[in-house]
Amino acid sequence: MSDSMLTFTVDGVEVEATPGQTIIQACDAARVYIPRLCYHPDLEPAGHCRVCTCRINGRPGSSCTMPVAHGMVVESNTPQLNEDRRVLIEMLFVEGNHFCPSCEKSGDCELQALGYRLGMMGPRLPYQWPQRELDATHPDIFIDRNRCVLCSRCIRASRTADGKSVFGFEGRGIHVRLNVDGKHLDETTLAAIDKAVHVCPVGCIVVKRNGYRIPYGDRTYDQAPIGSDIEARRRKMKR
Amino acid sequence: MTISETQNGGISAADVTRIVATIVDAVQADRTRLMDIVQAVQHRLGYVSDEAVHAIAERLGIHGVEIEDMVSFYAFLNREPKGRFHIRLSKTPISMMRGAAAVAGAFSRATGAVIGGTSPDGEFTLEWTSDIGMGDQEPAALINGTVLTALTPSDVLPIVAALRQQHAENGVPLFPGSDAQRAGLLKAKIGASLVKSGPVVFQTGTAAGAGLEAALAKSPEEIIQTMAKAKLRGRGGAGFPTALKWKLCRQSVSEAHHVVCNADEGEPGTFKDRVLLTELPDVVFDGMTIAGYALGARRGLVYLRGEYAYLWDRLQGALEHRRRVGLLGKDAGGKAGFDFDIRIQLGAGAYICGEESALIDSLEGKRGAPRDRPPFPTDRGYLQQPTAVDNVETFACVARIMEKGAEWFAGFGTPDSTGTKLLSVSGDCQRAGVYEVPFGITVNEFLDLIGAPDAAFVQMGGPSGQCTAPKDFGRRIAYEDLSTGGSVMVFNSGRDVLEIATQFAEFFVEESCGWCTPCRVGTTLLKQGMEKVLRNRATPADIAALEALANTVSRMSRCGLGQTAPNPILTTMRNFPEAYERRLQAETFLPAVTLREALAVAVEVQGREPVVQEGVG
Repeated sequence: MSDSMLTFTVDGVEVEATPGQTIIQACDAARVYIPRLCYHPDLEPAGHCRVCTCRINGRPGSSCTMPVAHGMVVESNTPQLNEDRRVLIEMLFVEGNHFCPSCEKSGDCELQALGYRLGMMGPRLPYQWPQRELDATHPDIFIDRNRCVLCSRCIRASRTADGKSVFGFEGRGIHVRLNVDGKHLDETTLAAIDKAVHVCPVGCIVVKRNGYRIPYGDRTYDQAPIGSDIEARRRKMKR
Repeated sequence: MTISETQNGGISAADVTRIVATIVDAVQADRTRLMDIVQAVQHRLGYVSDEAVHAIAERLGIHGVEIEDMVSFYAFLNREPKGRFHIRLSKTPISMMRGAAAVAGAFSRATGAVIGGTSPDGEFTLEWTSDIGMGDQEPAALINGTVLTALTPSDVLPIVAALRQQHAENGVPLFPGSDAQRAGLLKAKIGASLVKSGPVVFQTGTAAGAGLEAALAKSPEEIIQTMAKAKLRGRGGAGFPTALKWKLCRQSVSEAHHVVCNADEGEPGTFKDRVLLTELPDVVFDGMTIAGYALGARRGLVYLRGEYAYLWDRLQGALEHRRRVGLLGKDAGGKAGFDFDIRIQLGAGAYICGEESALIDSLEGKRGAPRDRPPFPTDRGYLQQPTAVDNVETFACVARIMEKGAEWFAGFGTPDSTGTKLLSVSGDCQRAGVYEVPFGITVNEFLDLIGAPDAAFVQMGGPSGQCTAPKDFGRRIAYEDLSTGGSVMVFNSGRDVLEIATQFAEFFVEESCGWCTPCRVGTTLLKQGMEKVLRNRATPADIAALEALANTVSRMSRCGLGQTAPNPILTTMRNFPEAYERRLQAETFLPAVTLREALAVAVEVQGREPVVQEGVG
């Protein structure tokens, strides 16, 4: 261990980190998976979904925004936290209109995959049945706000990676919606190759004529649960 | 009239561009002053039209979507045209107890506007709004910037008739309205709220500037030590030690440091900061200037809630006077090299902006979304520079401590909660208003003071605080026992504790910023859970699920709003279980609606009742 490394523990396992890393970055590097939804490794963290909440030195905090400190004690894989995370995923399911069987993202959807991973057997919370808008005006890209989970990945990617600011929020509280820089998507500068189009964790922003190229059953999370890629590398490392 | 004339308050698109250019240039096209820009635009056009959004974006060199993101967040900023008079009725448990519903009905009949809508003649918009800080004079309302208090249904016709006679030059809503309280309307009068002065904050016989003068004779470090010795803790409710906050802020290396006064007094039932800013603005400004000196800051900002726009002129006058007599500006207070000035930022109707990091984002011209910590504002706050955000009352205490000394201050209150506390009292008591009492007073002693011998429950600290039962009336009001930012709402045995808790749950639905999942969705689900209880449709399983949900929201939310939003439910469950038990149904499952309710629309369409079989419905 070099001088600049620091160590902390996650569920009793010692993890090495470099100064400036967040807990989730250090854990990903150490092949410890913390469930997350709005976090994306290429984007600034935003702390929306709270799925990556851990107990950090005894207090709840989002691991995507919390910088590591030497000697930190992090609890992540506890029954309580996983139950709370499952409730958050359920909240997102009932807040929007998510019909997995008819969604072209099924099998590649992080929300759906988290539902499976966290043991969501069916919604126990009341459906809200909101009225949400579709936007099919763009020749190459389609937006279905029924499936939006307000993670702001597209907003952040468009602003920083693409330098375009095509997306933003509108409204407040339960009425927050994904807004675009124009009346409709075709008035914006969005292009199908933009990062903002490809970071959506759910089936809200999709590229047209692309949906069923990989059939159901052969998709990412049909093969292995979400987070397996991080954990698999851990098992390989240990060998 | 063509369409383009009816839009933008009757101003042509070219004129919109010209008006916006003037407004944007007045703040040197500073993106962080977007709040001032859109308020000024709304003042001219009546709302922030699509053309205005476009023009502002062009002029600032940013995207329209960023402006919509910000404007759509605030309750007092309009994206749609509204009536010439925007009537906002304060909706709180206290206002409802005092007959706000009847007043609302009277306004609706007199104006022709449904609640939440605009009258057909375009003259009036009628809406409910969250507590406007007039808890001792409800039912209260804001009409444009003007505050009306103690309304009765019979006041409404003359008020509406008088409004119809008024013709402002440009015929648009006046928010933010510095002309407030000048309209000469019936009931446009705010009563004196101070009931009991105490020995610290509302002491008499001290000249403005006394605390500042004493402070400037010391070094910044000595001032911070004095705060530590006085054991001053933040008066907003969280009780963070002021000396520690200042020390961290001062230590943080930066080009500039900032002092922010949190005058976004949004906790329902609180109005003590309004009274302080009315009665003692100079003591508050003294405290801010002392903080500026102690932190090495050159800039102070007051974040004044939009509901208190009527104080704008008075406070600007006080600042202007201080500049004239040398208490602000270059060599402030006569201290060579200490340059300090204060600017007031008006908010626009968002409870969340009382949370310090949301307040800072709002100050920077963004939606008031809280930030994740770290970094803390004392490291990276306003403009990413070290910032100390303190409550109005805290700054008043600072000035008093510098004037009279730390030992004197610590002589009041308890060892862990020194000094006095301003409490805003409303509800079922003889004397509502602001009281200054030493920390450590018991609830019982306080209830005697305010004349509430038959209180059945007391909401201490507002909706985010605790619903306190008589068994706890022996507890002390202090950080170490019953902590409160200053809101004390008193209810007698005629009030339904669960109905009040549900109204608080609704408040959090209205005021959740929507940034994080648990608060955005959870507050709505909690409200729906309480509504099921109130309709006598809840089972023991529903109560267990509601409690579990409340705890999840509390544990997982990003900021204090979401973390405390379940408190009305959790504290009533703990302190008034019998109120829930009375409404429980001994079933394993009951749907939220009855079959009859579910079929109501079908019955109406078909024009006949369904044939109901035995045991159904």
